Amino acid sequence: MTKINDIFGKDLNVLNVGLASMAKSVSDQGVKVVDLDWSPPKDGVPHLRTTRSGVSMDEANREVVHRLQRGQPVLVGMGVAKDVVPGMHDHMLLHAGPPIEWSRMCGPTRGAVMGALIYEGLAKDEEEAAKLAASGAIEFSPCHHHHAVGPMAGVVSPSMPVWILENKTFGNRAYCTLNEGLGKVLRYGGMGPEVYARLKWMESDLYPALDRALQTLPNGIDIKSLIAQALHMGDECHNRNRAATSLFLRAIGPALARTNKDNEVLAKVIEFIDRNDHFFLNLSMPAGKALLEPAEGVAGSTIVTVMARNGTDFGIRLASMPERWFIAPAGKVQGLYFPQYTDADANPDIGDSTITETAGYGGMAMAAAPAITQFVGGTPQLATQTTLEMYEITFGEHEHFTIPALNFRGTPLGIDVRRVMETGILPQINTGIAHRNPGVGMVGAGILRAPEKCFKDAFKALQEI
Amino acid sequence: MIVRALVKPSEYHDSVSLMLVARELAGLEGIRDAAVMMATEANKSIMAEAGLLTDEAKSAAPNDLLIAVSAENESLADAALQMAEALLKKKASSAQAGEFKPKTIRGALASNSAANVAVISVAGRYAADEAWDALTRGLHVLLFSDNVSLEDEIALKKFARDHGLLLMGPGAGTTILNNVALGFANVLPRGPVGIVSAAGTGLQEVSTLLARGGVGISQGIGTGGRDLKKEVGGIMLLEALKALQEDPATEILVLISKPPAEEVVQVILKQVSASRKPTVVCFLGGEMESLAQVPNAIPARTLQECSLLAARALRPETGDIQAFLKAEKARLAKKAKALKGKLDVRQRSLRGLFSGGTLCYEAQVIWKGMLDDAVHSNAPLPGGLALPDSTKSIGHTAVDLGEEEFTVGRPHPMIDNDLRIRRLLQEARDPETAVIILDVVLGYGAHPDPAGELSPAIRQARGLAESAGRELIVVASVTGTEGDPQGLGQTVSTLEEAGAIVCDSNAAAARLTGLIVSGGAS
Repeated sequence: MTKINDIFGKDLNVLNVGLASMAKSVSDQGVKVVDLDWSPPKDGVPHLRTTRSGVSMDEANREVVHRLQRGQPVLVGMGVAKDVVPGMHDHMLLHAGPPIEWSRMCGPTRGAVMGALIYEGLAKDEEEAAKLAASGAIEFSPCHHHHAVGPMAGVVSPSMPVWILENKTFGNRAYCTLNEGLGKVLRYGGMGPEVYARLKWMESDLYPALDRALQTLPNGIDIKSLIAQALHMGDECHNRNRAATSLFLRAIGPALARTNKDNEVLAKVIEFIDRNDHFFLNLSMPAGKALLEPAEGVAGSTIVTVMARNGTDFGIRLASMPERWFIAPAGKVQGLYFPQYTDADANPDIGDSTITETAGYGGMAMAAAPAITQFVGGTPQLATQTTLEMYEITFGEHEHFTIPALNFRGTPLGIDVRRVMETGILPQINTGIAHRNPGVGMVGAGILRAPEKCFKDAFKALQEI
Repeated sequence: MIVRALVKPSEYHDSVSLMLVARELAGLEGIRDAAVMMATEANKSIMAEAGLLTDEAKSAAPNDLLIAVSAENESLADAALQMAEALLKKKASSAQAGEFKPKTIRGALASNSAANVAVISVAGRYAADEAWDALTRGLHVLLFSDNVSLEDEIALKKFARDHGLLLMGPGAGTTILNNVALGFANVLPRGPVGIVSAAGTGLQEVSTLLARGGVGISQGIGTGGRDLKKEVGGIMLLEALKALQEDPATEILVLISKPPAEEVVQVILKQVSASRKPTVVCFLGGEMESLAQVPNAIPARTLQECSLLAARALRPETGDIQAFLKAEKARLAKKAKALKGKLDVRQRSLRGLFSGGTLCYEAQVIWKGMLDDAVHSNAPLPGGLALPDSTKSIGHTAVDLGEEEFTVGRPHPMIDNDLRIRRLLQEARDPETAVIILDVVLGYGAHPDPAGELSPAIRQARGLAESAGRELIVVASVTGTEGDPQGLGQTVSTLEEAGAIVCDSNAAAARLTGLIVSGGAS
């Protein structure tokens, strides 16, 4: 045991909580002092330590973080959604975020739904598609209810090819469609012949080429490793996937070359990947999902395992309550817009891509990706501060995902609802911006914070378990 | 005159930066008064008294920020409110551009794992949680905050004791740990005297008097004023005492407190007798006989005696302290006689306006038995007269402006003399006031130039009395050392230039004041 005398004669190293003048007078004496940017906890936020049934929340959270650290998401193959995604059927469309019915869907989600129905051949035009969607003949279900995730509108239709990732440590699988690129694309609610033609090409050429290549790789492609590397190359693997996309192309390149007979097809595939800096997003997202699912069901944990938006609502789920959504209105993104668009055109926050923040990268790893702070006119210093701030609300730090600018400190891992409530700091989200009307597509990109209400409600629920 | 207020929901700033903004606003052309405060109940009542609490402001929640001004016209008021926002934003944005500041103790430890002490000065209702955060992570804690519950204090101290940690406070203004001043403390030489004090300014007064006599200290540990209450049982004083008894760098021990609960006295004296190190015990205002029976214990009646006795224990060749005190008394009596002649017959009362609670207490100990009429105080000695309304003096009055009733939601008078200056002018207007006694505390944590702030007020107060045909005597003492950032000599001369009579110690100042008002008019 320590004794009071142990401090006598030692160099003092002071944390100052409160008056800045106190810190100054200590530092004036040449003594090391860290002055906290303290602010009062929100009114009526008790310190939760155990559940009502006596489970230690810290203990539970340690288990969750341990599982998150140990996960090993690997790209093991591909398939067609209706064949491989659990629960998927011919008249089902998956979407991003918490559950939502047609009548409450936002513009981009409606656009993506209509586009998908046309792409599937279930409707011949938008009018017919809208009618069909409203008729009740199509079952809408969140991707998250099917071990899947989808960027932006996140619509997955039965014929779409999907990536299959497996968490080698726990054996669970996660699914995600292939990324279409930027601009007028289905996931941003884009509709029109060029959108469907691209989707068809992805189905007829891109998918078989990638699938053939993957089949020759007995160990698949280690996505966790690619994320870890990309974090050292300026990506945070949510809003910036440029390095990771290149790394992926290097990883699959030889197999692609070996398994394709037609050089023109191969060139088009490579070109498609090369021209889409976000190609890897649809791998970093299911990697996050595959990492997080094994943590679901840890009793007493206060860590978030899902953050997702459908463009109308923002929802979170907790490791200890994996079936329950805590929902709030989706927020407004602060960002930069493509020419001719302004924030008046923007749809509220949308997509399952916040799975990346939930899994310890994306906005959590802003410090690794200073380039993307230009989306909000910020500085690299702001990026660093954002990550440093996120440590205040996460339970752990990642052992494998590290940030060079922070002396290779692990990324903030495991958003703890208690800490969000105690500090009032909300998770940082990096995201793209969809046009609020169906059919237009992407109009910009930016950042925002998750809405407080989800965490407030989840915190309340934690007081009752 | 119109009043305008602005409520900024859930916006937090510490009280000192708010005060700076308020001061800047109040200095604007056409602005009569300004308040920039967190909307706690206490602050709202202060604003209500100042006529600044609008209906909108009334409904603000404690985490909201209130900005209110009274101005000559609307446009000036609006301009002032805008300026307040700009000033607050400026502060926020400059912080943003600087180094990252962690928000929680946990976060700070993640990047600075070598931290070993937490200094906590947040509002009382949040302070215990922060102290728990610090203690459970193995940090010693200086809990500067007031308004922490007794239950929290006891629980925190028991935990600290069981884990070999210091929990200094709540309300511990002063600690000198390894020669580093934490909170309100002075620049002192290193030396053999180890002090444990339940009285913050008591620790400052004794350590600075020692320093002026060339004696340094090993450690100066503040325990918070309630440590020796029956309920707390002196937990931290005992632990600190044990630690210093074992500390090879400490040769002489000093204990300072207001009179502890009787059962606590016994426990402490038992621990005192467990060591062979001479221990000067100053239970200010308490009975002295039982102390004399304890081996190693050297009883001291005042803080001044305390420092003299500690110095003597170290250097027995300096002789009896009574001779020194007697000579001082003679000098003061002479001075008092001369001053007395300037007063008119109605000027019979002394008024003590103290920033240091222990200094207020020491003065009352000295006045006890010296004055014909008893002294009223908001912090009276046991059996003393309580002041019914702390904001109004009656007869001889000693006010401790650092008491919690004055400090909820506003800075301590050692940081901000605003309240004391208002009170000084109030006393100056009272024809009954003969002499005002002030303590001026220097050192780290204190106002960067208290004499500079007080001097114009002293001049103004004396001027007020003069224009009413009276002489107002202002007596001051300075608790500080030459090494303090404010400088002892500089402070004394600034006060003297303003017309104050500056004594060598608070005890001497109290004695002089007492001599001036005792024994009837000359």
